[in-house]
Amino acid sequence: MREFWIIFKQAFSTKAKTKSFIITTAIMIAAIFLFSNLSKIIDTVQSVTGGGDSEETLQVIDTSGVLADRLNGQFSANETGITVELSDQSEQALTKKVKEGDIDSFLTLALDDTKTIQANYTTMSAIDFNLPRVIQDALQSIQTELKAEGLSLSGEQVQTLFSPIQFEQKNVSLSAKSEEELNQARVLVYVLMFVIYIAVILYSSMIATEVATEKSSRVMEILISSVSPVKHMFAKVLGIGSLGLAQIVLYGIAGFIAMKTASTDIPGGFTDFFSFSDISTGTLVYAVIFFLLGYFLYATLAALLGSLVSRTEDVQQMIMPMTMLIVAAFIIAMTGLGDPELGYLQIASYIPFFAPLVMFLRVGMLDLPLWEPLLSIAIMLVTIFLLGWFGARVYRGGVLMYGPSRSLKDIKKAIQLGKE
Amino acid sequence: MTLQLENVTKRFGDFTAVDDLTLTVGEGTMYGFLGANGAGKTTTFRMILGLLNANEGKITWNNKKITYATSPEIGYLPEERGLYPKMKVEDQLIFLGQLRGMSKADAKSELKKWLERMEIPHYANKKVEELSKGNQQKIQVIASLMHNPRLLILDEPFSGLDPVNVEMLKKAILEFRNQGATIVFSSHRMDHVEELCEQLSIIDKGKQIVSGTLRDVKRSFGKQNVRIKSDNDLTLLDSIAGVTSVHKSIEGAVYQVESELVADALLTEALKAGPIRHFAIEEPSLQDIFIEKVGKEHA
Repeated sequence: MREFWIIFKQAFSTKAKTKSFIITTAIMIAAIFLFSNLSKIIDTVQSVTGGGDSEETLQVIDTSGVLADRLNGQFSANETGITVELSDQSEQALTKKVKEGDIDSFLTLALDDTKTIQANYTTMSAIDFNLPRVIQDALQSIQTELKAEGLSLSGEQVQTLFSPIQFEQKNVSLSAKSEEELNQARVLVYVLMFVIYIAVILYSSMIATEVATEKSSRVMEILISSVSPVKHMFAKVLGIGSLGLAQIVLYGIAGFIAMKTASTDIPGGFTDFFSFSDISTGTLVYAVIFFLLGYFLYATLAALLGSLVSRTEDVQQMIMPMTMLIVAAFIIAMTGLGDPELGYLQIASYIPFFAPLVMFLRVGMLDLPLWEPLLSIAIMLVTIFLLGWFGARVYRGGVLMYGPSRSLKDIKKAIQLGKE
Repeated sequence: MTLQLENVTKRFGDFTAVDDLTLTVGEGTMYGFLGANGAGKTTTFRMILGLLNANEGKITWNNKKITYATSPEIGYLPEERGLYPKMKVEDQLIFLGQLRGMSKADAKSELKKWLERMEIPHYANKKVEELSKGNQQKIQVIASLMHNPRLLILDEPFSGLDPVNVEMLKKAILEFRNQGATIVFSSHRMDHVEELCEQLSIIDKGKQIVSGTLRDVKRSFGKQNVRIKSDNDLTLLDSIAGVTSVHKSIEGAVYQVESELVADALLTEALKAGPIRHFAIEEPSLQDIFIEKVGKEHA
């Protein structure tokens, strides 16, 4: 057991001390902070450069004589920050001014016989989408008022006319969450699924590379003359796994702090979208469980494959089939984000290599009975155990095998050598 | 503490890598293990270390089977460099020392002593890949000796070292022997084996073709060398019965002869041709024996 911890510690600390690891972690944490404060940063930049919805004056030519005043009132009631300025100049003169860039835009207003508003908005800017919309909305409500007055309707009557209908969606499926919950869960599950996917792919290929490096640098011979290959393999898998978990926890903490400190005053911003307060802790716990299971499943496989090659250059080629499996799992899970109740997802969530992602998707999006995730977890545990047992047999011979081995056929050779 | 191999055979499929190998290495003995490339040396070492199991026969150390429990008593120097290229020398040696049962503090103080002894204390904080091949070999040597093993398995310990460092390493190994360690080492360099080993074996294609003490091996070889230095033409001597081979050089020639009687005949013939500057009967070198025994098999 002593040797086990020595190798565990070595696998953890040498990797944690490498420059590349420290730099990647630092960059990721910086990115998390940057991303979560994005809306704040954009606001700051906008207020500094003077863009956005600051005070504006709109030149208006009003032939009706009543509209400009009402428009001004409407603007200030809606807090748009726009003030109407009646212009005594002709349309031609203002058009010229717009063309020369003296003013951004102007508006001409008129009322026809049926009391319908005729408005013309003249501008040079092709990307000004916001202002015309605001003006149109304001004019629309003025028109409604005008027409209502014409029909001698009271304000209350107008309101009843425009009262919105009551529309609510209700899902009677047993496992379904409410639409609102589902949307919230979807974002969280998507993010966590992505994290699991990246982490599993990253750390298991790290294992394969580590093992191949030890083989190619021939440290392996020294290692396995003091520690049994099986012990070495599991210490390695656990060491790198802990490193991965530590890194993810670090990101999690960074993310949490970033959320807390980020501006929450902007409605509809990033923080609102990811309101962590609403997140069920259950989903997070499942995320950790499925990450660990997925990692151990693939890491054991990666160690097995890594033990077959003798040069680090051959690692990627050797673990290609394994990478394909993870990618397939991810794609299957992604298709389920829209509709997590698809039949094939249910099947896939019990297939050990797909389960870490697909079962996590289902458990995160649906209200599953407890036995479903438990069964999936049990299946994965059994697979990990079998793979560990099988991997250890391959590993024992694989680490002694040198030469141009880069196909899965070498597994047989390795087992043979391991027995001897 | 004796290392014993009894009738050890190792087969990989149809291929017999080691065939019926028997040897005994006593305490305080250095045993030379010679063989051409692919003769089965590394396989034998791996079996001694317990990495491979023998198909037949048994290997014991101190009358017990070698297991992972024994590993702190064993020092192994592999033929190729076995170090983490990106790990610092100090961290690496502490790690390897701990694996061989040392405490961290012990490993630290020992590695300091050894680095100084090998005259490379300033490399403690360098990465292994930054060192020259010779210095990497020194680190490897320290890794195999620092835990004070009682059984040393050295696969080509001198490769890549300059003459000064070869002497340094020889001294260190001899010290271990004098303290009673059991040492097995393989080498292609016959002069090193001749200088260091009391006993030796030559194996070829897995078979032990020569074994015993250095003296016995030389004596049983039967042939001797006669070295003559002379300025005269010695071609006549080549055809004397009993001369098995001739190596000519600028100064004279070396004749391999079957017995000392032939040497007498050579001397008489040589003197007939004129005065000679040097005449000596020499023991056959290990190199001669190796080439004759192994070379013949391959021919």
